[in-house]
Amino acid sequence: MDILKQISENLRGGNDKKVLEFTKLAIEQKIPPKDILDDGLIAGMDTVGKLFKAHEIFLPDVLLAAKAMYSGMDELKPILIREGIPTIGKVVIGTIQGDLHDIGKNLVGIMLKGAGFEVIDLGNDVSPEKFVERAKKENAKVIGMSALLTTTMQGMRKVIDLLNERGLSGEIKTIIGGAPVSEEFAREIGADAYGYDAASAVDRVKKLTREK
Amino acid sequence: MKKLLERLKEGEILVADGAMGTMLMKHLEAGECPESVNLTHPEIPEEIAGLYFDAGADIIQANTFGASPLKLSLYSIEHKTEEINRNAVLAVRRVVGNRAYISASCGPTGRLLKPYGDTEPKDVYNSFERQIKALIDAGVDVICIETMTDLREATLAIKAAKNISPSLSVMATMTFDSTPRGFYTIMGIDIEKAASGLEIAGADIIGSNCGNGIENMIKIAREFKKCSDLPLIMQPNTGLPKLQGNTPVYRETPEFMAEKAKELIASGVSIVGGCCGTTPEHIRAIRKMVDSLSIGRRLTQMNTEKWQN
Repeated sequence: MDILKQISENLRGGNDKKVLEFTKLAIEQKIPPKDILDDGLIAGMDTVGKLFKAHEIFLPDVLLAAKAMYSGMDELKPILIREGIPTIGKVVIGTIQGDLHDIGKNLVGIMLKGAGFEVIDLGNDVSPEKFVERAKKENAKVIGMSALLTTTMQGMRKVIDLLNERGLSGEIKTIIGGAPVSEEFAREIGADAYGYDAASAVDRVKKLTREK
Repeated sequence: MKKLLERLKEGEILVADGAMGTMLMKHLEAGECPESVNLTHPEIPEEIAGLYFDAGADIIQANTFGASPLKLSLYSIEHKTEEINRNAVLAVRRVVGNRAYISASCGPTGRLLKPYGDTEPKDVYNSFERQIKALIDAGVDVICIETMTDLREATLAIKAAKNISPSLSVMATMTFDSTPRGFYTIMGIDIEKAASGLEIAGADIIGSNCGNGIENMIKIAREFKKCSDLPLIMQPNTGLPKLQGNTPVYRETPEFMAEKAKELIASGVSIVGGCCGTTPEHIRAIRKMVDSLSIGRRLTQMNTEKWQN
């Protein structure tokens, strides 16, 4: 089997040692690092995302696959940087102030990384100022916000208002997600996109970053 | 007061209370630990307990869902574990005395166990052990391990409770999503695995909480019934909220829930309560329904038993 396919299939199976081994082998064999990334690691995580969405696999499988992806990524990253291959963009993510539910946000982070984005995870209970300041500092293209509580979802509006106030809303796009949130709510508060689940969040972020 | 399990064995249907979190929210500052009110404003959990007790709940929950030291450490107040848990139980006790059972909620630690995450099972066990010990010292009547998605974590919590006090009643409920292939927790546990796993771990009462509305819960209850003879508890939420203008509204009304709760009971559920979005009004409606059923039900049951004998 070709090496890149080995990488993606072992990644799907959550075998971090094999993913690392084949990534090293691919680098040794002078396969272009961009191909290792796209057709090996990202391709593998893409399959994982699809299977998860279809409920064919569950969170534990995704977590193990993510670990495997990181093991390959750690090996590949210095080479990507050295060769000046840019990531497809930076995304700042976090759970909105007052909210401590982070399974959804973590999943989105994993899937975004799996799709080749650089992810800055601000964790739980993130204030509007922190979202905006960090996104500006990191030159991020997108802010992703998650809320699980109806009481905290209103905080998303504050982040968007703050971006507007500082004249950053064209530069930094926003996407929201979480159980109580909807497409309708996203429109209502002026978010640029809504992610129904982790996989569709990644599609939307890709679209947002292409728009610019 | 008669033992909870004895009443269930006799075929009685009991009503548990409704949501704590969504009731507490209006009292909390953004970013505040929901269990810290037990220390700063014990009158708040007291008031909520009073509302549910007046609504007719037989089982009232203490505000301890996130009061395991692992969870409290997110707010750097794990050193207050004992005080927070004790205060929560005492707040309910002041209101209900011995007229209702105090159930202490034990929610997930929020950590992922190895190999999926970085947490050792022993640390999770120790965390539950410390919380549950404090609850038992404060005189809790039943431990309610809930909103679990990882069967291993639920098992560790049940074992911690039973190792400290084998005679203490333990309820354990998991949260399922509806998928095209059936009900699974996000960690991939189906109902058959949940029912047998929780029973083997030593739970006395098993079931499900949260999720997405009472109609799913009826299906979940039927599957549980097929897999276990233990008494069942079901605590549905009021469905996912829908936006009305600016305000999120939970869709399932007290009347709707009480009507549907009849089907839960018909499926063999012994304890009906509520999760996110339920209010004292939901519990009042369920109480009324249960009272209207109970006489009829007891008669039918006696007849069935007669026939079976």
